[in-house]
Amino acid sequence: MEGLERIVKEHPFFAGFAPAHADLVAGCARNHRFDAGSYLFHEGEAANEFFLIRHGRVALEIVQPGKPPIVFETLGPGEIVGASWLVPPYRWMFDARAMEMTRAIGIDAACLRGKCDADHDLGYEMMQRFLPVMVKRLHATRLQILDVYGKR
Amino acid sequence: MTIDPFLPALYRVDGARRELSDTVTLTIAPMAGARPAFQPGQFNMLYAFGVGEVAISMSGDVEAGGFVHTVRDVGAVSRAIAAMEVGATIGVRGPFGTGWPVKEAEGGDVLVIAGGLGLAPLRPAIYHLLANRGRYGRVTILFGTRNPADMLYRHEIEDWRRRLDLDIDVTVDHADQDWRGNVGVVPNLVPKAAFDPEETVAMVCGPEVMMRFTVAALAEAGVPADRIHLSMERNMKCAIGLCGHCQFGPTFVCKDGPVMRYDRIAGIFATREI
Repeated sequence: MEGLERIVKEHPFFAGFAPAHADLVAGCARNHRFDAGSYLFHEGEAANEFFLIRHGRVALEIVQPGKPPIVFETLGPGEIVGASWLVPPYRWMFDARAMEMTRAIGIDAACLRGKCDADHDLGYEMMQRFLPVMVKRLHATRLQILDVYGKR
Repeated sequence: MTIDPFLPALYRVDGARRELSDTVTLTIAPMAGARPAFQPGQFNMLYAFGVGEVAISMSGDVEAGGFVHTVRDVGAVSRAIAAMEVGATIGVRGPFGTGWPVKEAEGGDVLVIAGGLGLAPLRPAIYHLLANRGRYGRVTILFGTRNPADMLYRHEIEDWRRRLDLDIDVTVDHADQDWRGNVGVVPNLVPKAAFDPEETVAMVCGPEVMMRFTVAALAEAGVPADRIHLSMERNMKCAIGLCGHCQFGPTFVCKDGPVMRYDRIAGIFATREI
């Protein structure tokens, strides 16, 4: 447990997090190792966890019936995977595949939501961490869908 | 003798290399005399006789023999130029415009950020940085493109990747599962790059929307506005600041640009219809 607390506190996503809050988060954490090609989760599954990538790389994919999957984003060390655990119905909207052997910390969603409900300071701090990441990804997605490198 | 700036000189196409399905790199040499010197970042007006003239950036080495231009077929003139074969005659006016601040960047880190065909105007600057590698700190190239198949100068990017004195990171907007690299937009690579923001000169070229997002990422990383340089694109006709087609606020892109320091255009950079 001590090791997980240290890993959570040292992860860039939690840089500057209040130690007491980091301890609460670490109480919901567990280690994961994903071999290259294995999936962290699939679209439609319950979003029971989100992941802090420690080593390795993860591809986010969308599948259209009858077509190969399209990778729309890759994430690496220091980044987080998944926000669907934050909002009902808590279901993944895409697939996440390990592009290489990937080590990550999984944070149990129900556990953390419960702690955020009980301690709104923790909930607010989590939102302050998640919201900028989500906004940046939204901006990047807007740029992506403009297809600026296509022929105009 | 006064040289008429509107009179094109005759050049011969010495080489034509197909880069992508719609993009060709031409090497051209003057039919008489030596080709003029140029700075990385400058452009020529290329004339397809009987069709028209278009502004195309230099994309070759300043030390090489001829001019090198990478041309994408996007309209009647560029289509005619992109279709030229070895031995064809082409008209050239130039070089025109401002260059990348390769001298000013000496002694510090350099970030070269390109989107799509924007790598072409930056390539002469990259050649210069590599030829004078000892004069610079960290040199980093960040390149974003549409998908792996549309990657410009792929063979050269692979060569640059093998160098130990250069960091290069490539990202694509979308890919299939065979792609082992980054997927996402090029501004996302900025926070992951290693550079000293106060001592970095950033050279950025690509579609204007991509440059706006990139400038925001550079500002967030702490790169001062006066150390960010952009290559602007407008409809250039005369290329010498007379006709006004390329007016950009109080400036003309053909003579005050195409390379412009961001702090000098920040007030109008995001203004519509300017």
